[in-house]
Amino acid sequence: MFEIFGIPSQALFGQLLLGLINGSFYALLSLGLAVIFGMLNIINFTHGAQYMMGAFTAYLLLQYLRVNYWAALVIAPLAIGALGIVIQRFLLQRLQNLDPLYGLLLTFGLALVIEGLFHNYYGSSGQPYGVPDALQGGHNLGFMFLPNYRAWVIVFSLVVCLGTWFAIERTRLGSYLRAATENPALVRAFGINVPRMVTLTYGFGVALAALAGVMAAPIYNVSPQMGSDLIIVVFAVVVIGGMGSIMGAILTGFALGIVEGLTKVVFPEASNTVIFAVMVVVLLIRPAGLFGRSA
Amino acid sequence: MANAIDAPALQVKRETAWSMAVAALVMVAFLIAAPFVLYPVFLMKALCFALFACAFNLLIGYVGLVSFGHAMFFGWASYLSAYAAKSWGWHPEVAILIGTATAAALGGVAGSLAIRRQGIYFAMITLALAQMMYLVALRVKLTGGEDGIQAVPRGRLFGVFDLADEMTMYAFVLFVALAGFFLIYRIVNSPFGEVLKAIRENEQRAISLGYSVDRYKLVVFVLSATLAGLAGSLKALVFQLASLTDVHWTMSGEVILMTLLGGLGTIFGPVVGAFFIVAMENYLASFGQWVLVIQGTIFVVCVLVFRRGIVGELAGRLRVKL
Repeated sequence: MFEIFGIPSQALFGQLLLGLINGSFYALLSLGLAVIFGMLNIINFTHGAQYMMGAFTAYLLLQYLRVNYWAALVIAPLAIGALGIVIQRFLLQRLQNLDPLYGLLLTFGLALVIEGLFHNYYGSSGQPYGVPDALQGGHNLGFMFLPNYRAWVIVFSLVVCLGTWFAIERTRLGSYLRAATENPALVRAFGINVPRMVTLTYGFGVALAALAGVMAAPIYNVSPQMGSDLIIVVFAVVVIGGMGSIMGAILTGFALGIVEGLTKVVFPEASNTVIFAVMVVVLLIRPAGLFGRSA
Repeated sequence: MANAIDAPALQVKRETAWSMAVAALVMVAFLIAAPFVLYPVFLMKALCFALFACAFNLLIGYVGLVSFGHAMFFGWASYLSAYAAKSWGWHPEVAILIGTATAAALGGVAGSLAIRRQGIYFAMITLALAQMMYLVALRVKLTGGEDGIQAVPRGRLFGVFDLADEMTMYAFVLFVALAGFFLIYRIVNSPFGEVLKAIRENEQRAISLGYSVDRYKLVVFVLSATLAGLAGSLKALVFQLASLTDVHWTMSGEVILMTLLGGLGTIFGPVVGAFFIVAMENYLASFGQWVLVIQGTIFVVCVLVFRRGIVGELAGRLRVKL
């Protein structure tokens, strides 16, 4: 045990770890929001509900079908992503030529419906979801104790985030996507099926949210309201980072998680408001957001 | 935001005055007769929400700004007026002024931050700021945390009228709400209101015409927050209670729903929408979370097929302005 600025290292690194965990979820969710915003020009208010549905899918699969965590990690994003595709195809597509604010209102309504339904069937108390066997236990690093599952969450979400960044910024498909974001009509004229790409992009963004939900299930309890409070924080993250850049969304997510963790050590009362406070400061000195292109 | 909200047809001019007057007369007649038939508390609740929704509509309907954080003005005003009436024992009219002033100040701060970004970001910023104020309400002593401020005395208005009497209270709420509606009507139909609509239709053009758009946005944001605060303060006295529900984001969602259902950018729409939603919640109170599902469904249906709302649709059919 040693101390840094009078703070026991155990506490400091413990909170830093928690901060990184939260940051992983902020990064995954704001990445999904940014990807969807880029193509559809709407803010997906249902994102929190979709994250919650991902966690519930994992819980229900285990409860009723004895399907384990690893399978859920694949099945839940696919299922919820497919549901997202249905939503985009039958609801959001009808709003294409309207003000994006209608998309916001529609997805907000959907979030209410989904949350209400889950409340009705599962109540508001959380359902526990165990850590998978392979990731039980942890390691003592000397300065702190690192539970295996938490290390896995951080590493895996980093891999997913960077993978997404690579796919969008460095592959051919990604270049079509970026081109369609800039000028859909022109890309369409080149013979690329832009509407299908838009639908799949929405599905992908939603799948990211569901994936985050599955990863969150063993850490937080699985409950119907787990998404709604989180999504508001993620909105603040998105305002801070600006949605113009994929890497920006990832970095901002992790950085704010760490800031939140550090605040918990230094000034615990402010830990759940610190991200909003950062948002206020960023709005004052850099209104377009840290990575945003000014609109 | 170019051509933001589908407003009902604006080409009607001559008939405007009489259609508005007739609708206003019908509304006032209904509201005067109503307490003899319906429960005054239900009506007062609906009136408070109607004023809240009208204040919100000032932003979404006439400037095209969607605030997802109006609960912070409504809720914090209700906390402060409840606190002033209960802990300081001040007269109801002073308590209401304190609450309203709180909302105005909060509106000044939140507005000057939120107007730094447009469109979707504006909505997210207001939502985040409101969540921050919710978390503050959860922590500080003044609000009473989870318990809220209970058993707020209604007191005597100007030291004369005893507001504990339901009918007197109703008359007071009705008067304040009608004054609020009239003020909003005047704002919308003033030269200032015309500039607001210009900003809604084409912000860039309004800027190029030399209007300092940001200042207009800030002023109307503060006005909207202030009136929302007036509604919140009234509500605290009507129910003798200020609680966390009033500052929660679901409240911001509810006021959006009322306005959307009634008709964005119509004078009477938010009033109709508020009465509709409050009545629905009354009848469905025993269904618990189904209310959330129904509200969400109304949102989806309104956005997909019913964007003009009840009053907007009616005005469109009758070819008048309402």
